[in-house]
Amino acid sequence: MHPALSVVLFTSASGGGYFMLALLGLFGAGDALSPDPLSGWVAFIWSLGFVTFGLVSSTLHLGHPERAWRAFSQWRSSWLSREGVLTIFTFLPAAIYAVGWLFLGEIWRWAGALLSLSAVATVCATAMIYASLKPIRAWHNLWTLPGYLAMGLASGALWFTLWAELMPAPQKPAYDFAAIGLLLAAVIKLGYWHFLDSGAHAITAESATGLGQFGKVRMLTAPHTEENYLLKEMGFRIARKHAQKLRRIALFAGFVLPLAAVLAALLTPHIGDIILLAVAIVLNAIGTVTERWLFFAEAKHTVMLYYGAERT
Amino acid sequence: MTSLPAHASDRKLGLVIDLDICVGCHACAVNCKEWNTGGHMAPLTDYEAWGDSPAGVWFNRIHAFEAGEGANGRTVHFPKSCLHCAQPACVTVCPTGASFKRAEDGIVLVDEDLCIGCKLCSWACPYGAREFDEDVGVMKKCTLCIDRIYNDKLEEVDRVPACVATCPVGARHFGDLGDPNSEVSKLVAEREGYDLMPELGYKPTNKYLPPRTGRAQAGCTGAPAKPLSEASPDSTGNKLLRWLDRALSR
Repeated sequence: MHPALSVVLFTSASGGGYFMLALLGLFGAGDALSPDPLSGWVAFIWSLGFVTFGLVSSTLHLGHPERAWRAFSQWRSSWLSREGVLTIFTFLPAAIYAVGWLFLGEIWRWAGALLSLSAVATVCATAMIYASLKPIRAWHNLWTLPGYLAMGLASGALWFTLWAELMPAPQKPAYDFAAIGLLLAAVIKLGYWHFLDSGAHAITAESATGLGQFGKVRMLTAPHTEENYLLKEMGFRIARKHAQKLRRIALFAGFVLPLAAVLAALLTPHIGDIILLAVAIVLNAIGTVTERWLFFAEAKHTVMLYYGAERT
Repeated sequence: MTSLPAHASDRKLGLVIDLDICVGCHACAVNCKEWNTGGHMAPLTDYEAWGDSPAGVWFNRIHAFEAGEGANGRTVHFPKSCLHCAQPACVTVCPTGASFKRAEDGIVLVDEDLCIGCKLCSWACPYGAREFDEDVGVMKKCTLCIDRIYNDKLEEVDRVPACVATCPVGARHFGDLGDPNSEVSKLVAEREGYDLMPELGYKPTNKYLPPRTGRAQAGCTGAPAKPLSEASPDSTGNKLLRWLDRALSR
């Protein structure tokens, strides 16, 4: 699948943004935050900034962005529509929670809880858009949803931990979330890649054409001499040698090195721990975008079975 | 509404394609393009039609495959267009209600005024039936020539999809596959017509009739095969990609 930069950036940025919001809500619901206005402003600009950047970036690839509002109507059947509805809905508890914290000096625990739930639900809807697409085996599997959740938690918790170190907020539990998120993301991605390489549930050219009764099916002539929409959108292929290297970059930059930096930051006195967390965040961002790019680039669509692919 | 119709009629209009006699002449694809570029989903935009790499929107594409080896192998010309599935995920994934399946005859259509061009429906279609029109910014697809089959301005014999009307060898049949006594349903039963990728559960309406056994000699268009090869950034003019390729190859 063609890795559209707007979608790669959107899912990477908004995943972290929503999980930072979820942790702000969760810590508030658990009565662990003080309503300090400065730390509140920083937290909301930081998290909502990434969420909004993602939202705007995702409309860039539409053929008719001015009609985007229509996408809220089909939530009964469409995960994309559900994602749109949840995206807008999440701004509501976020706004209520922010008004209490920033202007009235109160942490409203119920608003925090609602914010936390709706932020996580939004990331679930994003993941389900991909997980529900049967023609793409790399997405239509049980690894996609946990992958999106764990990677969102890893990024969001890293940001939250740095925020907690800079602001008067409880730091120890923030580290726990960051470490657990990074560890889960690494384990889930390793499992996902193992599934992808196993070839389980692959669809074949024999099934796509129904000609398997005669033997092996191979393309004789292509239906057209030039590229078309299908080949541009769904025919993206990445050299295997590059995929293996990019997987290692995603694993180490995205999860392993940030995890080491987070654990080191726990034992490092002030200023040093902030530098380590900042390094972890930069590495995690590089790894996350690389992984999300690979998530598209390595995904094979069944339509390519009609263009010479043997199995997807 | 992109939910599937709750009370669909038994009528399931669709095509039956005979792979035994298709000669791969592309006449159906050409007549489809000709009719539909002035039809319900018009235009079928072309980009750089007279340039170095012409491309454009088509609803019908004619593939060709070899199956099997030696005397048992055969060449099969393989026309492919929208299969008007009974379980079309292209419809249910649509966030706006632009993509819909008609209750009265099962035809899958796009309302171009509602489409936001998110392309998700084309990802949800396993068969590659939908093509995005970059000029208009909306998704386009086969309408089963809805502007022909119900058109009382046309002679009754012409009220069939353009691809069916033009096929010189009679390899394409149009009819109601929901009626077990229709000509097309009888043909499917007699020739053991089948679904493409049945394991995905889309339940396509269109059926394919397999090549008959015992015929070893089949024609070939003579056009060279263009097999897939791994994309090499060296072949692109993009300097950043070339640099990345070199950096990663070290």
